[in-house]
Amino acid sequence: MALDIWQPLLLSLKVALWATGLNLLLGVATAFALSRWRSRLSNLFDAMFTLPLVLPPTVLGYYLLVLLGRRGAFGAWLEHWGINPVFTWQGAVIASTLAAFPLVYKAARAAFEGVDPQLESAARVLGLSRLAVFFRVSLPLASRGIVAGALLTFARALGEFGATLMIAGNLPGRTQTLSVAIYSAIEAGDEAGANTLVVVASLTCIVVLLLAGRLTRGHAPQRVV
Amino acid sequence: MTQTGRRCLALIFVLPMACISVTACAADLVVSAASSLTNAFQEVARAYEAVHPETQVVLNFASSDTLMRQIVQGAPVDVFASADQIAMDRAQAQGVLSAGSRVDFAANQLVLIVPSSSHARVDALDDLLGPAFKRVAWGNPASVPAGRYARRILEDAGLADALESRAVLAQNVRQCLDYVSRDEVDAGFVYATDAAMARDRVRIALRLASPTPITYPMAIVAQAAHAAEAQSFQQFVLSADGQALLAKYGFLKPH
Repeated sequence: MALDIWQPLLLSLKVALWATGLNLLLGVATAFALSRWRSRLSNLFDAMFTLPLVLPPTVLGYYLLVLLGRRGAFGAWLEHWGINPVFTWQGAVIASTLAAFPLVYKAARAAFEGVDPQLESAARVLGLSRLAVFFRVSLPLASRGIVAGALLTFARALGEFGATLMIAGNLPGRTQTLSVAIYSAIEAGDEAGANTLVVVASLTCIVVLLLAGRLTRGHAPQRVV
Repeated sequence: MTQTGRRCLALIFVLPMACISVTACAADLVVSAASSLTNAFQEVARAYEAVHPETQVVLNFASSDTLMRQIVQGAPVDVFASADQIAMDRAQAQGVLSAGSRVDFAANQLVLIVPSSSHARVDALDDLLGPAFKRVAWGNPASVPAGRYARRILEDAGLADALESRAVLAQNVRQCLDYVSRDEVDAGFVYATDAAMARDRVRIALRLASPTPITYPMAIVAQAAHAAEAQSFQQFVLSADGQALLAKYGFLKPH
């Protein structure tokens, strides 16, 4: 069988980029909220948001399937609106987003906690609104950590396999990402094909991370002392 | 970040998202098949499409257990082809299969394989106790059907305890095949179809009669969106043409 590299490659990139984008929004918002909210409950939430790193991806995928499948509680409601994420690339995005969430969340939280609260207070005193303080002081100061987390998220999402196979399936040309295509090639006894795909996946990740590293260099916030 | 840098980054994000648009045809028949059927079903699907050009067969390969869970949770599947009766039993118990559509479409045989470089002679299972076989692999009986069959055969031959110290338990049949084909173990138990896939690296030393027949069941999913096409696909697999394609990959007739 002729090996199609482009389709899984583009699909993987699409899924990984969506997952990175979604996680940037979700992870940064969650991390900022929890870094400013001092309560015992916030520690509990912190532990819960780390769970995707602990659970085996297949288990994560299984729970996603139970939740989002047509027979699942949430899935039945989605079906009512004509949405069924099982066996779709959007399903793969959900799986990758969830699996990679802790990486950007943890990095962003550490970065926000590293921001000197006096700088934020000073900005408030000087008349900036809370929103403006977030965008003009906290976020730029935390950006290095957030970018590092986003890159890890991208890499993790690109390699996601277990949860993706469970919820998005292994439909060639539709939901077969690079990682799933590698699995399929090995199952089919096509070692040369699997090797090619592994090289493609590795090169893609290296190129994207190098490129991102280049583009974000010199982006370090000005040190304010 | 520079202005150009930002534009580049934006481009990197936007391009792949625009690249693939998934469109579903009216007659997309989704067939969930066990991984061990990968090569055979790819060819069966192409042959079916040649006869029924209006239908596109979309194949979904994973372990029988994963496929069963997807179907039980309402994944949009039309046909389920399992490598294992137990997975099919579970699906049936959940009431997700179309009544009366379950049928065995293929059979397999357990074989003892040795690396093709090996000169060890095996006339009977007892020979595994000889000094040439320091390590022997089979699937973990707790989770791998092929491992259960192997264990059963060894127990019936009274060799299970004697071989225990030499046993290497694999997580699936493919892993067992890889151990043998890479010469990491001296012999292994796999299906005849696995051995056929690695003909240049492993040699079949013994064909084993299993106490329980190793058969592959297939059924139509109750909520199939394309029930008529599903039935026609099932008939094709059972037809002489379909069976000939399966035989090419080492599968036997079910009865």
